[in-house]
Amino acid sequence: MCVKRVPETGARITLTGDAQAIDTSLLGFTISPHEECAVEEALRIVGEHGGSTTVLTLGPPGAAEQLQNAMAMGVENAVLLETDGSDWNAEATAAALADAIRAQPEPFDVLLFGNEGADTGDYQVGVRVAHTLGLPCVTGIKGIAIEDGKLTARREAGGGWEIFELPLPAVVTVKEGINLPRYASLPGRLRAKKTPIARIEPQPRASALETIRLVVPPEQETHVEILAGGADAAPRVVEVLRELGLV
Amino acid sequence: MILCLVDGDPVSLEALTFARGLGDVEALMFEETDVDGYTAHARRVVHPLLGDYAPEAWAHAIVELEPEVVVAPGTDRGHEVLAHVAARLGVPLAANVVAAAADGDALQLTRQRWGGSLLEEARLTGTPKLLTVAAHAVVAQSAGVTTTTEEFTPSLTDEHFVVQVSGREQPTAGTVRLDTARVVVGGGRGVGSKEGFELLEELANLLGGTVGGSRVVTNLGWRPHSDQVGQTGARIAPDLYIACGISGAIQHIVGCKSAKRILVINKDQNAPIVARADWAVIGDLHEIVPAIVAELRKNGT
Repeated sequence: MCVKRVPETGARITLTGDAQAIDTSLLGFTISPHEECAVEEALRIVGEHGGSTTVLTLGPPGAAEQLQNAMAMGVENAVLLETDGSDWNAEATAAALADAIRAQPEPFDVLLFGNEGADTGDYQVGVRVAHTLGLPCVTGIKGIAIEDGKLTARREAGGGWEIFELPLPAVVTVKEGINLPRYASLPGRLRAKKTPIARIEPQPRASALETIRLVVPPEQETHVEILAGGADAAPRVVEVLRELGLV
Repeated sequence: MILCLVDGDPVSLEALTFARGLGDVEALMFEETDVDGYTAHARRVVHPLLGDYAPEAWAHAIVELEPEVVVAPGTDRGHEVLAHVAARLGVPLAANVVAAAADGDALQLTRQRWGGSLLEEARLTGTPKLLTVAAHAVVAQSAGVTTTTEEFTPSLTDEHFVVQVSGREQPTAGTVRLDTARVVVGGGRGVGSKEGFELLEELANLLGGTVGGSRVVTNLGWRPHSDQVGQTGARIAPDLYIACGISGAIQHIVGCKSAKRILVINKDQNAPIVARADWAVIGDLHEIVPAIVAELRKNGT
């Protein structure tokens, strides 16, 4: 599975002086939420069918921390595609990951991604890797079952579900809600610290989509009217509901 | 040609409205959607192999038309189909765009990062230019024009249907969808327990709405993940959002900020969500919500 290191943002986002990145000097980092579920799903699949798991990430040297977190959950192998910490575009990220995946010694059955990175929200790295590797792909998945060499994937649609069937090997991008990720155990953490991480130095490339700057959107402050009296405000609340035409 | 993918989701009409700002638009329809008035030209894709949704088949039809710009709604399908087009042609995809303006041959874009709590200003060059429009970034508006629809048959083969919807499970009859509900009653950690949501259910039922929850609540298993409002859940745009016991982390705010009105019920007047509200009742939701329910029943709702 492929994961991404993202900052744990608090109540407000603060930018660096040149408005090119989030100021992370006071922030911790985590695996992007959809991808944490990809790690859990990989472990669940292997728990059910056997096999082994490998986690890859493209990021700065510090992203080793996220690989160790995944290994502490139970992933066996980790590969770091090490960058200088600058933001890589989706095309370059996908190309580097595809190269690294092709170079893996063992063939794979399922390649999992998060549906979109929590930070850049590009919605495309998994699909691009699938095309490069010539594999079938489905995105936004909240349920996976594997049987007889076939993968069945479920996606929420219109309040119900739509079902896809893919031949293996396949690429699936998952969404939070597919599972509840496990906590890492203490022995898992200790083992993860001792397990070596394979390192690759990928080459960046430019995109025809160029970031100019980041902007924190202005707060949409509304004029809040406090309906006083706690539970005694109920008649006033119902009046508001009536004004809105809801009762 | 500026092409706009219409995928059956009502958000498609927002994308069509957005695309008109870039020039003359052709709507590309794979499923029956009423686009009358929204654009002068529409193409309905027809093909003997075309049944239920198949991302690569849809992407292939777009590629075959050789458009200069493709706009799609910021839905699962919109993102997926344009990602396939982008991968096939080796061009970028700008996802969840909220504003676009021509700058010579380039497009100056503003797009959402972090689910909309951060914006990126970017410049997109090359052809074709692919972008999805963030849900609820624009209000769908008819242009009041007569729409002429013609049929288009792309050259599809079996290889485009390796991945296709092979079955469906319909929602339980009578359920109100979170993404299209007029009223959403949201609950956070302050609701206190799984059982605490029964109160919220009762209020939602009386108002013909549905219940949503914060990420805390879905991670605790008090509600199914499909009820989550926020960056990793649903983006809602109801007439009224009633936020009960929710403090208002930015990841939650980006999911509910398109609500036309927000009523907050919270113990803490300084909770971030209060600053986003139109009305706030400060106090214990376990007393306030039953009082509102009782008042509604008294009024014969």
